[in-house]
Amino acid sequence: MAKITLDDLAHSYLPDPQGEDDYALKELNHVWEDGSAYALLGASGCGKTTLLNIISGLLTPSRGRILFNDADVTHAPTTERNIAQVFQFPVVYDTMTVRDNLAFPLRNRGASESYVAERVAAIARMIGMEAELGRRAQGLTADAKQKISLGRGMVREDVNALLFDEPLTVIDPHMKWELRTQLKALHHEFGHTMIYVTHDQTEALTFADRVAVMHEGRVVQIGTPSELFERPEHTFVGYFIGSPGMNLFEAEVRGDRAVIAGAEVPLGQSYGRPTGRVEVGVRPEYVRLAGDGAGLPAAIRRVEDVGRHKIIRLDVGGRNVSAILDEGTPVPADAGAIRFEPAGVNVYENGWRVKPQDGERAR
Amino acid sequence: MKTVNQKAWFLVLPVLVLVAFSAVIPLMTVVNYSVQDTFGNNVFFWAGLDWFRDTLESERMWASLGRQLVFSFTILVIEVVLGVIVALNMPKRGFWVSFCLVTMSLPLLIPWNVVGTIWQIFGRVDIGLLGYTLGQLGIDYNYTQDAGDAWFTLILMDVWHWTSLVALLAYAGLKSIPDAYYQAAKIDQASRWKVFRYIELPKMRGVLLIAILLRFMDSFMIYTEPFVVTGGGPGSSTNFLSIDLVKIALGQMDLGPAAAYSIMYFLVILLISWVFYTVMTNLDREGGTR
Repeated sequence: MAKITLDDLAHSYLPDPQGEDDYALKELNHVWEDGSAYALLGASGCGKTTLLNIISGLLTPSRGRILFNDADVTHAPTTERNIAQVFQFPVVYDTMTVRDNLAFPLRNRGASESYVAERVAAIARMIGMEAELGRRAQGLTADAKQKISLGRGMVREDVNALLFDEPLTVIDPHMKWELRTQLKALHHEFGHTMIYVTHDQTEALTFADRVAVMHEGRVVQIGTPSELFERPEHTFVGYFIGSPGMNLFEAEVRGDRAVIAGAEVPLGQSYGRPTGRVEVGVRPEYVRLAGDGAGLPAAIRRVEDVGRHKIIRLDVGGRNVSAILDEGTPVPADAGAIRFEPAGVNVYENGWRVKPQDGERAR
Repeated sequence: MKTVNQKAWFLVLPVLVLVAFSAVIPLMTVVNYSVQDTFGNNVFFWAGLDWFRDTLESERMWASLGRQLVFSFTILVIEVVLGVIVALNMPKRGFWVSFCLVTMSLPLLIPWNVVGTIWQIFGRVDIGLLGYTLGQLGIDYNYTQDAGDAWFTLILMDVWHWTSLVALLAYAGLKSIPDAYYQAAKIDQASRWKVFRYIELPKMRGVLLIAILLRFMDSFMIYTEPFVVTGGGPGSSTNFLSIDLVKIALGQMDLGPAAAYSIMYFLVILLISWVFYTVMTNLDREGGTR
């Protein structure tokens, strides 16, 4: 097990990268703490897999260093790093039995047969494939194959880190929950450093202690699920996480007031005078419907009842805005405006969050 | 009441005619010759199965069959192993891929008798590059006089001509393996041999079996190249089945024995191909359900 340090890391698939746009992975400094479970969350093509492959040594970065504990492994081959990685699409050795598939990584490292048998039995129980151990892996269903791939990833106990690259894409929804829970249990039991790549926010938020959100080759925020929810450091985090995502309003901010679409809105805290492209971000959970017209004029377009709460779709000066209302609360018939809970207001300058001048509000 | 109309049979007629002229009639002509004897002037006598009996008792035929089997299996072993090694070492992407593909296809594009002529000259001790060089190095090489040298030349020629085919098929099989397999193997710390044994070989199995079948059928029927290079000699040391057959049919004009010979030759090829086919489909089934 190891602490993994990324030092000034960047990667381009081009032989001679010129501008920043040529980099699939932009400059990154980060420490993955030993024994933590991380999720790497982002849309397709944002560099998640690139980062993972650099950590496991399948790719050599164009720039920067990777340290495992304090040893520089930037140019060390995968074999020396002792890493387990599970890929998006199942990889099984067709001609081997399920048992031999699971035993393969251990046997390659010269483990004793009694230890191999014990580990394979434990893993087979975990992935629920004890009955199929003697069968050839060829001709199994995609999710059975992926369970074998997961099993091969988990069979070694002494790995430095366990990397998962969207491993549950091909698995049935009910099995997904079960496997994710088992991964989490495994993490609690053995304390491996785990990095879990996904584009599914639920998966990321339920699996990980800390989530790194990636956008266009950059890690825009690393934080606990609640930090990502309450204080998104970048507008991308705001609308990528949350369902529906954060509402963003083009605004002019003067101290503790903002002017949005001609109406003045109190922000609760002072933000100075940000310049550039200024936006106010408010999650639908902090948007309140007001009947008396004090606030932003809004018109209700649609109400979606999703069971545990209602999502109100509004039109604010031609923009789509969402608000969330508790299931029990009736939708006010005369709602003509919206107001923001001051605790849920964030101000962004060119996409990045502006810190309030008198420090962060305690929540 | 239902009317019966048999006119639809006419629609099958074109196919029947086509098959009759392309396969049935030529084959039946051979069958016809194989059971008759003649003293010329287009007068034929019924001979029954005598020609078949004669051919089966002919030492010359068994010797040719033996040589043919040794030749086919020798070149199969060499070409399959060599072809796989070449495919494994070909670049996977970039400019050199097309270069390798084109260069390797060249021997496949040369007509059989030209290949024969090339090697006939190449191996000559007086003017051939190979023969002359070997002679200058003090190696006693002469394919027109020594049976071993003749075999060596023919096998080398066939390997030169056809290894590319095996290599190209194996390469196609290798290219179809997704990168994730190699990455997973690295993560699992598999050795190069294990990558070959558990990833590359299983994925190439289908195309390799096709390559083996093609190369077997083709080499078992080989005629032009050995005919041009050695003409079956020295003596009868490179007399393969086809060469022997042509000697009987056109050299001696023994049409009856030649026809019986052809039919049995055809049946042997059919039998061995059937064995290959059955073995390969059984291997697949075994892999699927066990």
